[in-house]
Amino acid sequence: MKHVLEARLINKIFRKPVDFHVLKDISFKVEEGEFASIMGKSGSGKSTLLYILSTMDTDYTGELYLNNELVTGKSHQKLSRIRNQHIGFVFQFHYLLSEFSVLENVMLPAKKLAVKSHHEIKRDAMEKLEMLNIGNLASKRASRISGGEKQRVAIARALINNPTILMGDEPTGNLDSYNADNVLKIFKRLKEEQGLSLLVVTHDLDFAKSTDRIIEMEDGRIIKA
Amino acid sequence: MTNWKVILNIAKTHLLTKMKSTVTASLGVTFGIGAYITLVSFMTGLNQMLDDLILNQTPHIHLYNEIEPSEKQPVSLYKDFENSLNVVHSVKPKQSQLKIHNALPILDYLKKDKGVRGATPQMRAQIFYLSGSIELGGNLTGIDIMEEVRLSNFRDYIIDGSPEALRNLENGILLGAGLAKKMSLGVGDRVQVSTVKGSVFPLKIVGIYQSGIAEIDNIQSYANLSTVQRISGEAQNYITDINVKLHDLAEALPMSKKLEKQFDIKATDINTANAQFETGSDIRNLITYAVSITLLIVAGFGIYNILNMLIYEKMNDIAILKATGFSGSDVQLIFMSQAMIIGLLGGILGLIVGFGLSVFIDQLPFDTEALPTITTFPVNMQFSYYVIGIVFALLSTFVAGYLPSNKARKIDPVRIIRGN
Repeated sequence: MKHVLEARLINKIFRKPVDFHVLKDISFKVEEGEFASIMGKSGSGKSTLLYILSTMDTDYTGELYLNNELVTGKSHQKLSRIRNQHIGFVFQFHYLLSEFSVLENVMLPAKKLAVKSHHEIKRDAMEKLEMLNIGNLASKRASRISGGEKQRVAIARALINNPTILMGDEPTGNLDSYNADNVLKIFKRLKEEQGLSLLVVTHDLDFAKSTDRIIEMEDGRIIKA
Repeated sequence: MTNWKVILNIAKTHLLTKMKSTVTASLGVTFGIGAYITLVSFMTGLNQMLDDLILNQTPHIHLYNEIEPSEKQPVSLYKDFENSLNVVHSVKPKQSQLKIHNALPILDYLKKDKGVRGATPQMRAQIFYLSGSIELGGNLTGIDIMEEVRLSNFRDYIIDGSPEALRNLENGILLGAGLAKKMSLGVGDRVQVSTVKGSVFPLKIVGIYQSGIAEIDNIQSYANLSTVQRISGEAQNYITDINVKLHDLAEALPMSKKLEKQFDIKATDINTANAQFETGSDIRNLITYAVSITLLIVAGFGIYNILNMLIYEKMNDIAILKATGFSGSDVQLIFMSQAMIIGLLGGILGLIVGFGLSVFIDQLPFDTEALPTITTFPVNMQFSYYVIGIVFALLSTFVAGYLPSNKARKIDPVRIIRGN
């Protein structure tokens, strides 16, 4: 099996307010087409780990591979490019640009990537929205739609550049059970229909149970992978 | 790799959704630039008018014979008293004539010089204007009228009549405006002048001369050179002053030094004669720029404030942009381009406002006795001021935008996203 993501002996220490060893020798792999979840108590370091894996946090020791390519130590400019192209992100809070329309929000990462023409990007964005059953919202302002809809728009945006891996930080944490269920279904469908790899940090045991693999963390260590 | 289209699109959306702040910030720049353009146009217009008032009547080089005591008194030439202390009481000016020796050859020489635009001979004479039993003291200057008109804006100062009329009439006179008023005379009337020696001549008034400086207008009149020579009983080569106009003003000082040595006469250049006017102009310009720069700095602080607030408001947006693959410099460019758009729009609007105000001021009537040629406020419309204006606008918004946008570049997305 091909590995899309691999962490080797990742350590991180928070310097402020006091020295705190938050991640201790984290090593694990995510396989292609795998839907993995990271579980753990608050403060176990699971979100911190996710942000390191997402390349946004560069203050750590150890090595991180994405598609078998070492990304540790690359410049911010290159890391931005990698995030843009290979990593889709869904947060606990929706994080859409409220002044832009739903469609523009979805198109933005693809425009930044600038590989496809404007026309193709628009078509792709509509396709993603249709797939998530929110095609009718395309022209609405991002601030005028409901929470569940926002999260689905965020998923569409995460998918626009056909990333290698989709990461989620409590993507259902802020949703009611109906919408949470909906998001879970979407994730599973993406994995099954498109072979997408997913790595999701969650508190929700029910959510975690329906994933392929649960990585459990405690006090900065992986206790069960 | 920078994708300008996306960056500008985001900048545009930010600006349009924050219309009020955008307009406020732009108006700050508009105000600054508009005030600069108006001030600088008006101030330099005034400066130029004042300079012209004095300088146009001053030749670039003025040649004349100074009545002064000899630098070396005869006693100092006497070898026997060489080592003694000589005291000469009651030193008198050197015996000499007012006229320039060899004036005509000097004129010829000057006219052949390539750096000289023209040289005009003049003869100044002390006369009395007779009005009934009243005698008014004054000056009558004999001039080559058409040369004067060619070389200076002499024509502007003739408020009634024309220079051609003087050329055509041998016994004509251009009477000072103050004199004409005192004696209730006008064009076509006759005025009698008496020389210091006592002979009386009637002259026909062909024009009224007004320089705008009352002291001059109350005593000064002009007539043809030959007429003045004839009245004074002097020969055709009797010339007291030669006025030289050069092609290049900067040549005035070296040229005057050279002429002084070459012809052994007194030569004064325009800069030495009018040093104080330069100082006045410089200080007025300094004030104009100080005021304009102050206005622009205030506008700059406005932009700085608004962008700073915008960036605080848009923390989440910045974090999400960075998370989805926009780099720090992309984010900085988004905010920099907002600042530059504000600067450009405000600046261009400022230029238009400044132009409008300048035109408006230029139309305002400004009637003054002292300045016959001026009917409206003087405004100096120079293209370079508009270039400086827009450069100012862009520069100040660049500086004002750089600091906040640099902060946006450095924002750590993880901290923002986890903070929520």
